[in-house]
Amino acid sequence: MKYFFLAFAAVVLAVVLIAGPRGYKSTNRPFEFFPDMDRQPKVKAQTESVFFADGIGPRQAVPGTVPLGWDIPAKAGGDKPEMQRATNGYTAAPDYFNTGKMGDRWGDGLPVPATAALMKRGQDRYVINCQICHGANGGGNGVTSKYGWVGIANYHDQRIVDMADGEIFNTIANGKNTMYGYGGNITVADRWAIVAYVRALQKAQLGRPSDLTPEQQANLK
Amino acid sequence: MANIFPKWTNHLPIQILVAGGVLFISVIAGMTYYFTPKYTRVGYQPVQPVPFSHSIHVNQLGLDCRYCHSQVENAAHSNLPTTQTCMNCHSQIKLNSPRLATVRDSWKTGQPIAWVRIHEAPDYVYFNHSAHVNRGVSCVSCHGQINNMAVVWHHEPQSMDWCLTCHRAPENHLRPVNQVTNLNWKPEDEGPGKDGKLRTQQEIGEQLKVAWNVNPPVTCAGCHR
Ligand code: HEC
Ligand code: HEC
Ligand code: HEC
Ligand code: HEC
Ligand code: HEC
Ligand code: HEC
Repeated sequence: MKYFFLAFAAVVLAVVLIAGPRGYKSTNRPFEFFPDMDRQPKVKAQTESVFFADGIGPRQAVPGTVPLGWDIPAKAGGDKPEMQRATNGYTAAPDYFNTGKMGDRWGDGLPVPATAALMKRGQDRYVINCQICHGANGGGNGVTSKYGWVGIANYHDQRIVDMADGEIFNTIANGKNTMYGYGGNITVADRWAIVAYVRALQKAQLGRPSDLTPEQQANLK
Repeated sequence: MANIFPKWTNHLPIQILVAGGVLFISVIAGMTYYFTPKYTRVGYQPVQPVPFSHSIHVNQLGLDCRYCHSQVENAAHSNLPTTQTCMNCHSQIKLNSPRLATVRDSWKTGQPIAWVRIHEAPDYVYFNHSAHVNRGVSCVSCHGQINNMAVVWHHEPQSMDWCLTCHRAPENHLRPVNQVTNLNWKPEDEGPGKDGKLRTQQEIGEQLKVAWNVNPPVTCAGCHR
């Protein structure tokens, strides 16, 4: 009996020492005790694939692919006729809403109604995606400028104040010089919301009392 | 006739019983302790191809989770960032750092960075990030304080029992939707309630649960579809 307990204690000690406590940091893949159907041979988002030579599961579109997406046409369309959706709302239609261009120049004006909800959405997306570089007030003084990045655009430069909305839209989608594009991260509708918010930031910084109605000016005093 | 069984064997049956009992109990104890995701998964911290630190990028720089995990609100799958997302900054910042060599190679060749996956539900489980994140369940409830981790590790067991514990009492985890990616949020931050006292998680959770009619599935078909 003595030998049994000695052997038993040795085994327990060995198990505890090798296996460690719960939560122990380890680089070994978690062991799956009953692996039935845990890993099915299907391609999930962002996974590897042994089928394709480059090993990448999610494929890129073949050049010339025609997008078949569809948005609800009622959603888009501003007050000017050029802002109306070109075709019946195909997601990649070459119209103002999707490209920021009217004909071959940058268009101006929001192709979506400028509501308080749009502003809120724009602020939300701006804080996530742009504030890190352009700063909370759009002055180009975000966190990255403290890590030696010079030349981040200041929205209060006259050049950008005068810039057409469509060009700002295009900068968000495709980038400009050292700023890379955010087209992959921000949906088309959200890009317009951000444009609206960038305009609001400019107004907040450069607005003058003369922009207000006489009643509002009276309230200032 | 000589004794077949010597005298010491008198104790043998009881000894076998005791030894068997001890073995049985310790095997059960070992299995309950070790054969569970609380042991197998929690603490899994693989070596990543790039020494990327959430604590630098989230705590020090103040990036929002959604700058990188950009589809988490819209999709079932929370995406890892593209190489371009890193290059947005690292084309200007630390552009010669050897620790970023893999990122630059990936940018040049177009081959994605082979991040090692940490959290991985079995394929027969239906899990949806957007359903949770848009209902005020924070990343911290399911992933731990990622913002403090230099290297991400598996913080919660993510077993079926764990999912159900929250689904039966979601009020312990709900928070305002705009605080979902603020992992340092505390219920006290919401300020005092009508009675002037600081509000507790329980109160906020109950209130949101009623307001949004939160009703997480606890039937098998909810998660195994
Ligand atoms: C990683 C840092 C970074 C982020 C994030 C960023 N930008 Fe920029 N942005 C820049 C830099 C740098 C420039 C200056 C580009 C140049 O002309 O060299 C710039 C320029 C611009 C310009 C002026 C373009 C022009 O024609 O001169 C606009 C408008 C702009 N950014 C909008 C945005 C918006 C909107 C977002 C959020 C979706 C954003 N940026 C996010 C770094 C950034
Ligand atoms: C600068 C981009 C960036 C930001 C911001 C960021 N992450 Fe990540 N995250 C990554 C990358 C890259 C990985 C993969 C490498 C790793 O695991 O460290 C990752 C991995 C993860 C993982 C583990 C994924 C797996 O394999 O299971 C979780 C969970 C996670 N992030 C949560 C968060 C949360 C929560 C936040 C916000 C507090 C956040 N991340 C902010 C880039 C980012
Ligand atoms: C908003 C800009 C920004 C983005 C986006 C970003 N980083 Fe960084 N990263 C930084 C800054 C700034 C530092 C330097 C921090 C310091 O010096 O304390 C840094 C540091 C690092 C370092 C340490 C480098 C060194 O030499 O010490 C690594 C590795 C790194 N980042 C990887 C990544 C990866 C991978 C991604 C993409 C998932 C990424 N970063 C996205 C801004 C960014
Ligand atoms: C209700 C719990 C829950 C919440 C809340 C949650 N996650 Fe997850 N997360 C999971 C589970 C479960 C998985 C594993 C999913 C799978 O394998 O399909 C996961 C996986 C991930 C992954 C890894 C995906 C991959 O392919 O490597 C990332 C990154 C991630 N989550 C980020 C986040 C971020 C960022 C947030 C907050 C905005 C968040 N999660 C909120 C439970 C959650
Ligand atoms: C921290 C709390 C929490 C955890 C942990 C959690 N959930 Fe949930 N889950 C919720 C809440 C809250 C809802 C309800 C959302 C609603 O009513 O709109 C929900 C809803 C769901 C739904 C229904 C969504 C839909 O698309 O119909 C599924 C499926 C689900 N959870 C699966 C899981 C799985 C699988 C896990 C474990 C990996 C898990 N959940 C872990 C809180 C949680
Ligand atoms: C809240 C979501 C949820 C609900 C509801 C749910 N499950 Fe699960 N189930 C899970 C998750 C997550 C796992 C994977 C656990 C893991 O990997 O550790 C799982 C795993 C399982 C497994 C496999 C266990 C294994 O290790 O092989 C079985 C069997 C199962 N569930 C049966 C059921 C039955 C029966 C019901 C209804 C009574 C049910 N589940 C309800 C989330 C759920």
